[in-house]
Amino acid sequence: MLLSLAQTALPIGISGIEKRFGGVSVLHDLGLDVAAGEFLTLLGPSGSGKTTLLMILAGFVRANAGSIRVGGEEIIAMPPHRRNIGMVFQNYALFPHMNVFHNIAFPLKQRRVPAAETAERVERALDLVQLKGLGERRVDQLSGGQRQRVALARAVVFEPRIVLMDEPLSALDKSLREHMQIELRNLHRRLGMTTVYVTHDQREAITMSDRIAVMNAGRIEQIDRPEVLYASPKTRFVAGFIGDSSFIPVECRNGSVWYEDRKIRMTAAAPSSGSHLMVARPEKLRLVADGETAGKANVIPATVGDVIYQGDSFICYATLRDGRQVALRDYCRSDVLAKLPRPGEPVNLGIDADDVVLVAAD
Amino acid sequence: MRSARLHDGAGATLNADALRADARRESFGLLALLSPGLLLVFAVIIVPIGWLFWLSLFDEAGQLSAANYARFFEQASYIKTFVTTFKVAFTVTGACIVLGYPLAYMLSQLPRRAAGVCLIFVILPFWTSVLVRTYAWLVILQRKGLVNTWLMDLGVIAQPLSLANNFAGVVIGMTHIMLPFLVLPLYASMKTIDVDCLRAGMNLGASPAATFRQIFLPLSLPGLASGVVIVFVLCLGFFVTPALMGGGKVIMWAMRMEQTTSLYSNWGAGAALGVVLLAVTLALLGLFQWLLGARATGVWSQR
Repeated sequence: MLLSLAQTALPIGISGIEKRFGGVSVLHDLGLDVAAGEFLTLLGPSGSGKTTLLMILAGFVRANAGSIRVGGEEIIAMPPHRRNIGMVFQNYALFPHMNVFHNIAFPLKQRRVPAAETAERVERALDLVQLKGLGERRVDQLSGGQRQRVALARAVVFEPRIVLMDEPLSALDKSLREHMQIELRNLHRRLGMTTVYVTHDQREAITMSDRIAVMNAGRIEQIDRPEVLYASPKTRFVAGFIGDSSFIPVECRNGSVWYEDRKIRMTAAAPSSGSHLMVARPEKLRLVADGETAGKANVIPATVGDVIYQGDSFICYATLRDGRQVALRDYCRSDVLAKLPRPGEPVNLGIDADDVVLVAAD
Repeated sequence: MRSARLHDGAGATLNADALRADARRESFGLLALLSPGLLLVFAVIIVPIGWLFWLSLFDEAGQLSAANYARFFEQASYIKTFVTTFKVAFTVTGACIVLGYPLAYMLSQLPRRAAGVCLIFVILPFWTSVLVRTYAWLVILQRKGLVNTWLMDLGVIAQPLSLANNFAGVVIGMTHIMLPFLVLPLYASMKTIDVDCLRAGMNLGASPAATFRQIFLPLSLPGLASGVVIVFVLCLGFFVTPALMGGGKVIMWAMRMEQTTSLYSNWGAGAALGVVLLAVTLALLGLFQWLLGARATGVWSQR
């Protein structure tokens, strides 16, 4: 039988977490539910409290108040070595004085698993992370990617109820990181363990997660599936942090939305009143030629600034009439390139009514 | 196409002589820069040691002989000195480990600022003369010294303990002087232990005590070993403290040398003592190097 955690995966219920360092509040009344077997990512800039929350989950940092329930059992006051939670550290934290085998066998040894079974389970774990036959290697003989895999094998070999990962891929180079993202995702699908993953890389979060909790200044701004977060961010912070965004200020009056003197059509329900920001993603904007009918699209006049060629695509920076800069991205198809404007030319930017998303102005 | 082939042909010898000459010039330049240092090492270390060795080969009559070395095996007092020296060195090193390891551990766990302040107290004795510190210990430990007076006033003991002018006095005095030599390298190595490694240990199910035993302790051993080597080697050649605190009852190697040369004016015998001490020290260092080297490169198997 392969390592299988599907039956033992447990939900996590986090509520009312308070954490202050000195007088500074780092986490404030934080609540979060993770379903059994879910891959949840805590995404946020440094200082948003995501790592602190992970440390509280692992038991390395003591919260000031709050509750963490794993499958109904309260663990907030439990010492880390009794929590039965696997963790992958940012710098791997492999034991340098042990070889690969003993690193992976360490959690089994603590649980007094018999030697024969230990050897068998370590072999299976090595197989799982594609390091078969490297058990006798020293840690310093391994590449970054291999160390990452050993750390992963060590965190799952004892079949923990929950696996925590603290920016585990941040030390790898770009191509290896992208490869490991897929591999981690597949491993999670196979083992089915409840996983809480911390990263500041929004692309990584979108690639891997079932759900993403976007954290900012000790609070969860929004938590949802990646495609929902991307398509309908609820706050300016989320819109700015996930994907690139330019913001265009709009006014809402009596249920309709106005940009300067133009009425903005939108599919989603418009707020009834107040100042808002329209989220303009570079790939949702397009260039509309003068004679072209805009169809369902809203048209915003602008002046072209820089056009930056990037091989497969280009980015066009345009300045709106109020001096605000927005970015537009499109692929380098010949029909698009043919009508590419020159810097300084006036241009019309189109955005579909379906793509119009408003967030509250700060 | 043609020009490429042309370059291929000339590639092996193109400017080869000039490049070789340049490399030679660079080596000579570096040697010239090094030469003052090399000369100094030669004059200050190699020549005196060679002279010492040369002296040790002549007996009192000025004849070339091995008598100075044969003496070590013939005279019981030499063997006794040798044994005493190692006994003191082992005891002091042991005492330093027992006192120094917990101290270094505490320092390594303290916040940076507190550790800085505490380290000053560890280093402070370095700024005081060894002689002064030894006399201070004599005052504290002697028959009517601070320790005995206090203990008797408190009624803990009826008779004063003999703490000075004997083996115990030598060990106490030397331990105090040697402790920083163990604590500093040990502290430095403990500081390099990754906190996440300890967290990983606990996360994987090891209790704090088990994490200390299985992870912190093994990772701190290289630092402990270098501290132990420094303390042990310094102990072997230590003079002031055993001479003052031993009350003439604890004769160590360096004291023997002093006696031989200044009391009996037997330079050959004194030199032989020095050569043997040097050889023993080097052998010990070699042994430690070998043990540590094996430890650093080999994985400790626990299977």
